[in-house]
Amino acid sequence: MIKSSFSNIQSEYLALIDHTKCVRCKRCIQNCGWGTYSFGGDKIIADHSKCVACGRCYTYCPEDAISIIKNPTVIRENGNWKDNHIKSIWKQSETGGIVISGMGTTFKYKKYFDHILLDACQVTNPSIDPLREPMELKTYLGKKPSKIELDFNEEGEPILKTKMPPQIELQTPFVFGAMSYGSISLNAQKAMALAARALGIVMNTGEGGLHDDLIPFGKNIIVQVASGRFGVHRDYLNSGIAVEIKIGQGAKPGIGGHLPGEKIGLDISRTRMIPLGTDAISPAPHHDIYSIEDLRQLIFAIKEATNYEKPVSVKIAAVHNVAAIVSGIVRAGADIIYIDGYTGGTGAAPNIIKDHVGIPIELALAQVDERLREEGIRNEASLIAAGSIRSSADAVKAIALGADAVAIGTAALIVMGCHVCGKCNTGNCSWGITTQRPELVRRLDPEVYGERLYNLISAWSHEIQEVLGAMGVNSIESLRGSRERLRGVELTDAELKVLGIKHAGL
Amino acid sequence: MITIDASGMHYKDLNKLIREGIGRGIKKFFLENVNGQYYIGDGIKGDDIVININGVPGNDLGVFMDGPTIVVNGNAQDNVGNTMNAGKILIKGDAGDVVGYGMRGGRIYILGNAGYRVGIHMKGYDEQLPVIIIGGKVGSFFAEYMAGGVIVLLGLNDTDDTCSDYFATGMHGGVIYLRKKIDFSKYSKEVDLYEADDKDTAFLKKYLLEYADNFNIAFEDIMDKSFYKIVPSSARPYAHLYTSA
Repeated sequence: MIKSSFSNIQSEYLALIDHTKCVRCKRCIQNCGWGTYSFGGDKIIADHSKCVACGRCYTYCPEDAISIIKNPTVIRENGNWKDNHIKSIWKQSETGGIVISGMGTTFKYKKYFDHILLDACQVTNPSIDPLREPMELKTYLGKKPSKIELDFNEEGEPILKTKMPPQIELQTPFVFGAMSYGSISLNAQKAMALAARALGIVMNTGEGGLHDDLIPFGKNIIVQVASGRFGVHRDYLNSGIAVEIKIGQGAKPGIGGHLPGEKIGLDISRTRMIPLGTDAISPAPHHDIYSIEDLRQLIFAIKEATNYEKPVSVKIAAVHNVAAIVSGIVRAGADIIYIDGYTGGTGAAPNIIKDHVGIPIELALAQVDERLREEGIRNEASLIAAGSIRSSADAVKAIALGADAVAIGTAALIVMGCHVCGKCNTGNCSWGITTQRPELVRRLDPEVYGERLYNLISAWSHEIQEVLGAMGVNSIESLRGSRERLRGVELTDAELKVLGIKHAGL
Repeated sequence: MITIDASGMHYKDLNKLIREGIGRGIKKFFLENVNGQYYIGDGIKGDDIVININGVPGNDLGVFMDGPTIVVNGNAQDNVGNTMNAGKILIKGDAGDVVGYGMRGGRIYILGNAGYRVGIHMKGYDEQLPVIIIGGKVGSFFAEYMAGGVIVLLGLNDTDDTCSDYFATGMHGGVIYLRKKIDFSKYSKEVDLYEADDKDTAFLKKYLLEYADNFNIAFEDIMDKSFYKIVPSSARPYAHLYTSA
């Protein structure tokens, strides 16, 4: 028998060093979180097997002496037996483990956003120039009353008589998706907190508790309650602008979470309020939620604990009967529902789940919006769409399909240098994002990346204003659920029906 | 001190009265004719606050509670002490399902039995040590995913089976003390069984004296047997389940 350390799996990438350019500054050794580089007497040598193509080394090489290339040694091509099948079989036969990875699925499923086109005005109704005219992106998340009543003061001015349920006021229809301290570094969270405050939007703690350093950002933070109840206590519930109950996540519908003990250092232990070094296990279900009625019970337990002053959001993964599920959640009393599509990201999830479970956000969203309208309860809750919003175009299309706002997670990490290598679970992130190693975390400057996040969301907001102007509407609210402004290309009748849109040309 | 007649009252109104009372500096609350109102003591804070309940409180009694004491002179329903941070809940009867879910601190003492899913994902943190003592027996899924704290199962009501199936599955922290030996085949593979030693007994004494005193039962009757102790085999039961892509 061959010794067990022998592996069939060859290096995926090659880290090539141009020794004529290399000045042996060793910056690559220092920058690589994976230990790819070492100094071999007189020159840098690379252990290709460790390279994940995270891009840190060549970005920081002052001499441009590094190229990362795909290993040209091929696994014999086969249309049926793909590389990932063969490699997984080898890996699992060598380890006996469930294959896990970070980020969203790498499978090439059809991306519906790429088959949807937007409308614009020509002649009959004028477009609006967003550079000259006001263009409202402000969005309120929360339950809206089905009617409003007005009183008039002595001057005859109207005064709102209806008591408005609590709302989150967003200056632009974006939120940062839930990413916990533990799955990402505190500096990555701080970058989002700074950007959220500057932009007038919100970030989300994920199920990792609220670090003391983030408490001053409370008005721009949604705090999350999930099945492990990490860091959840009365003050935590009251320290954010809203509370989110996490039921599911697009990358891993139906399964729990698991932060391994080696990542539970002192600071994370304190923030999650759990012992040092033990696994932080979030069970698959909340053990107090086995029904819509039970969900209602937790929603109102939170409302009682926060004196009915905070909207309560419920986050679910987009799955087969999502419209009926969301209808139930609305009736359970949720003010906001966050729907995460199957291409959403994660800090770690089994590939079998990530690659094969859930449905596209576009289809889920269209069906949910339709169902809630049919039932006359669309005003009862706001919808946040998530699951790899890659551009402002995706955001606009999501809103036209029925979302009130969109969440971005992976895109925010890409701002911080993420190259979507999908190795978040290992904790070696060279960019200091999905790691707790102090020497790696230190390199992520929250101020710098906070500003870049601000830039990205500002740019996307301007782009949305351009699109709204072209469509002749002057407020993002006017676009919400306006599927008449969308057309499909390269879509079947069944797909068009689910999306509730016409084919282009009609 | 204030007495509230809860008969016919919606939980929202009852809990508002309690919150407002606490805001006015009232320390002792006597709730009469309680009949299934949810969330009594939800998220309230203050070590010197005492709520005395006559009747049957509804689900989520003491959820997110942080310090006060609740005394139930009868039975309680589901989710007692859900995600509780500190304080004490005394139940002079039986409790329903899901007692002390995600509980991080404080004590829940139950004179009678408790239902399914007791002590799921209980966790200790720093100096916080949650303690649940059950006088009778519990249902299935006891101490699942238990991550910290202490649960004591006394079996004082002379039944042989004090707990049921799926016992301590996924337990990765904390300790369970049993006054009666149970069918070991029901144990999860993730836990080990020991006989309690003097150190354990000394530790238990502190809480059991209080328990006996609170429920007016003889301490000697509780300590008439030697205890068994159950601890997780590993703080990381699933560490070898995964391999990185």
